[in-house]
Amino acid sequence: MSSTILITIVSLSLLAFLSAVILYFVAQKFKVYEDPRIDDVQALLPAANCGGCGFAGCRNLAEAIVVSESFEGLYCPVGGAAVMGDIAGILGRIAPVSEPKVAVLKCNGLPEHRPRTTVYNGAADCRIVHSLYVGETDCSYGCLGFGDCEKACAFDALHIDLVTGLPVISDEKCTSCGACVRACPRNLFELRKKAKKDRKIFVACSNCDKGGPARKACRVACIGCGKCQKVCAFDAISLENNLAYIDAAKCTFCRKCVEECPTNAILEINFPPRKPKAEAEAEAVKA
Amino acid sequence: MLKTFPTGGVHPPENKLTAGIPIEYLQVPGNVVIPLSQHIGTPANPLVSKGDKVKTGQLIGEGKGFVSANIHSSVSGKVSKVDTAADSSGLKQLAVYIDVEGDEWIDTIDRSTEIVREIKISPEEIIKKCFDSGIVGMGGATFPSHIKLNVPTGKKCDVLIINGVECEPYLTSDHRLMLEKGEEILVGVSILMKALKVEKAMIGIENNKADAISHLTSLASSFTGISVHPLKVKYPQGAEKQLIKALINREVPSGKLPIDVGAVVHNTGTAFAVYEAVQKNKPLIDRVVTVTGKSVSRPGNYMIRIGTPLSKVLEAAGGIPDGTGKIINGGPMMGKAVSNTDAPLVKGMSGIILVPAAEAEREPINPCIRCAKCVSACPIHLEPFLLMTLSERGMFERAAAEKITDCMECGCCSFTCPAGRPLLDYIRLGKSTVIRMARQKVLK
Repeated sequence: MSSTILITIVSLSLLAFLSAVILYFVAQKFKVYEDPRIDDVQALLPAANCGGCGFAGCRNLAEAIVVSESFEGLYCPVGGAAVMGDIAGILGRIAPVSEPKVAVLKCNGLPEHRPRTTVYNGAADCRIVHSLYVGETDCSYGCLGFGDCEKACAFDALHIDLVTGLPVISDEKCTSCGACVRACPRNLFELRKKAKKDRKIFVACSNCDKGGPARKACRVACIGCGKCQKVCAFDAISLENNLAYIDAAKCTFCRKCVEECPTNAILEINFPPRKPKAEAEAEAVKA
Repeated sequence: MLKTFPTGGVHPPENKLTAGIPIEYLQVPGNVVIPLSQHIGTPANPLVSKGDKVKTGQLIGEGKGFVSANIHSSVSGKVSKVDTAADSSGLKQLAVYIDVEGDEWIDTIDRSTEIVREIKISPEEIIKKCFDSGIVGMGGATFPSHIKLNVPTGKKCDVLIINGVECEPYLTSDHRLMLEKGEEILVGVSILMKALKVEKAMIGIENNKADAISHLTSLASSFTGISVHPLKVKYPQGAEKQLIKALINREVPSGKLPIDVGAVVHNTGTAFAVYEAVQKNKPLIDRVVTVTGKSVSRPGNYMIRIGTPLSKVLEAAGGIPDGTGKIINGGPMMGKAVSNTDAPLVKGMSGIILVPAAEAEREPINPCIRCAKCVSACPIHLEPFLLMTLSERGMFERAAAEKITDCMECGCCSFTCPAGRPLLDYIRLGKSTVIRMARQKVLK
């Protein structure tokens, strides 16, 4: 009885020792050197694995940052300047400068602006609707409202408003990772420079049709009239394919284009309410 | 035992309401819109501009590139503009707008109803004639026919298969054409045989069209090499590869074409169009369309000029009845819902079906219960439930490996699914994405 136990213990111990020796040599032979800084950098990254940097996950970005010796083309939009500063600190480099951005929806096709002409009751997936037909309204460029962007957003920053059917973006939660930009089959999202107090001025339309059909499909469509381009004193507005575009780098938030737009296609967001015109003129005279 | 294809397939209710109604010629409308892309491939180049006078049958769009087709004016009148027009899906494409004035045909078209049986021109000339006349596959795929007649070097065609199956429920346009223009179709088949240099042609017709089978069989006795074959009723027998399997028991391998197994398939409607083009010099400017539905007041088979607004067509059939929930372009299985009734009729439209609201609603989507009914229904041995999941999750490389591009979008899977899952919707998405990815790879 006792000899059985003894034999078992001895043979198993021998086996364990032998395996340990083999494993030691194998581990020595196939040792892979990994820069310990990769782990340090990864620990600083947000660990969201959202793909906003263009890599599959945070680890891949960390590897790329350590290997590259510079920050050329490597930036974590989620962590922003703070995280990049920390990373630059442990690597002894100068932190890259990049302006914070936020996603905006280039469509303002609310139900009161854009009448619904058909009803779609197939699979609720924007990609499918987009490949099938023009959508529930007559605008073949506008938001379909089936929420591919909502499904893609890993930060809970984007939700479809059940009343309007359009996505609503939270400026606080949006990390500008760009998942919505990639998810939207109609390319309606744009990452724009984040301004003071989250102020935004942009053309909330993507319709490239001529004025007539565009207006017919949606009351707030950009009709490509070019009035905003003429009124802009900073050369920030360009016009292509019957569609105006405001360059965020040049825009000074003077809001002249917003007033000029005949279809109210240009949105101003987070601005204080305007003074009535007479009052503003009186103030100007006083000044 | 009647022939059919062995794997999969479904039996949707036939609802061939218009099978007994003769073809009626619809009046020429006041204006037409003729899209320049009514076929698979590159859109045609417009040859006319605003203010030009055109005659019926005149070339107004020239096919460019390898896969393309000519477009002819279906009416006489004045071009009011060349601009974009919304198709039945509401998507815009270039089209020629014509205001109709009278109905003056170009001189070369023989408008007599006399049947010309003698084929005077050579195979090469027949192929050229098909291209010149803008002939495309009339079954709905609208693949330019001249390409299918040009057998690539190194390959051999030994049998021509004529598709008179019309397996889609509701549609009867081919059925009526076979009954009323039987002899013309058979001459058309002889022309196609001459172009392909084959001795044998087989016409496959489903057994639910007994009158068409007996009519064509009796006519075929005076033609050499043409035989008529009744087939067991099963959807999708009208699909090229299924019809080949049913008739000559050859299987077209994955990613290959019918010509790789020595067969070429054309539709009866195409055979009729080829007859008119070759013997009567008439380009493809009109087609038979089944306008039907359970509550339509005047359902029927109408010979309609290409470019006629759908609203005019629906008017002729007695207008859109109250309680219509959906209008389908094509058959109920493979057709697409129409979102714009101002859209023009195009070469590929074989039917317009008005579906009552109660039937138009899709079932609520429930989780997959792994019953594998879709797998048994798939005629090409695919696994629809898997392909759907892969497309839904964006796993397109895996979907490509599972042969998603072999799917012919017959819709048997969605039809048979007890959980109401939108299988085909997602498979179509995956298929188009995989094809696009492959193209981008080639371009790189």
